[in-house]
Amino acid sequence: MADPMKIRATMAGDVCEIKVLMSHPMETGQRKESDGKLVPAHFIQTFVIAVNGKTVIDANCGVSVSRNPVFGFKVKGPKSGDKVTVSWVDNLGDKRTDESTVA
Amino acid sequence: MDMTRRTLLRGIGSTGVLAAAVAAGVLTPIRVFAAEWNKAAFEAKDLAGGLKGIGATGATDSKDIVLTAPEIAENGAVVSVTVASKIPGTSSIAVFVEKNPMPLSANFQFANGALPEARVNVKMGQTSLIKAVAIANGKAYVTQKEVKVTMGGCGG
Repeated sequence: MADPMKIRATMAGDVCEIKVLMSHPMETGQRKESDGKLVPAHFIQTFVIAVNGKTVIDANCGVSVSRNPVFGFKVKGPKSGDKVTVSWVDNLGDKRTDESTVA
Repeated sequence: MDMTRRTLLRGIGSTGVLAAAVAAGVLTPIRVFAAEWNKAAFEAKDLAGGLKGIGATGATDSKDIVLTAPEIAENGAVVSVTVASKIPGTSSIAVFVEKNPMPLSANFQFANGALPEARVNVKMGQTSLIKAVAIANGKAYVTQKEVKVTMGGCGG
């Protein structure tokens, strides 16, 4: 199981800025170990961000997203105290969901 | 073809079916829920294939997509890219690194008040154009910026 995500949701005027840091190796499947063996691909393929259960961001990722990826989005409408949920699924079927509240 | 979105989503691994449905025009790419990974687009080995995979072949150049990325990236492993679209009705934004082995890096769909803006860190194997594609009302728009990746920290 991967480490928890860091989710920060802050209001700036009427726009909520959501920043997510996911803990994931994001292996491309093209890198070789020192013994010359390919490191198998292991990367987040999809993630969804929801505010109070309503999807706001629905994303697909490829292998070229950086290790421990950071994403930033802006959403109009949320209020302080609203619940922000982020869920990802990787190519090996691992998944993780974390929750935070809008500050 | 009597296929609801739900059965479509249930069929994990049925990307081929999805791609076929898109190709057949049964579904416009804009309505495809991204919850299923777009294998065809992400595994495409060239830009044309990636663009085709997200239904953005023949995207029009647009100055209304603001692509922010460094001129020079000293570390190709983490290049911060921000894309914001001013095109009304933008429903999704995709980021491509043209010279990566698989150019499509990420594709974001916006809903329920999300502004058409996204920040993502991408890996770059070498100096390349970064292309940002926005899809608005079924039409594709694109803008680009070159990012130089310096190898070995010699600042070239």
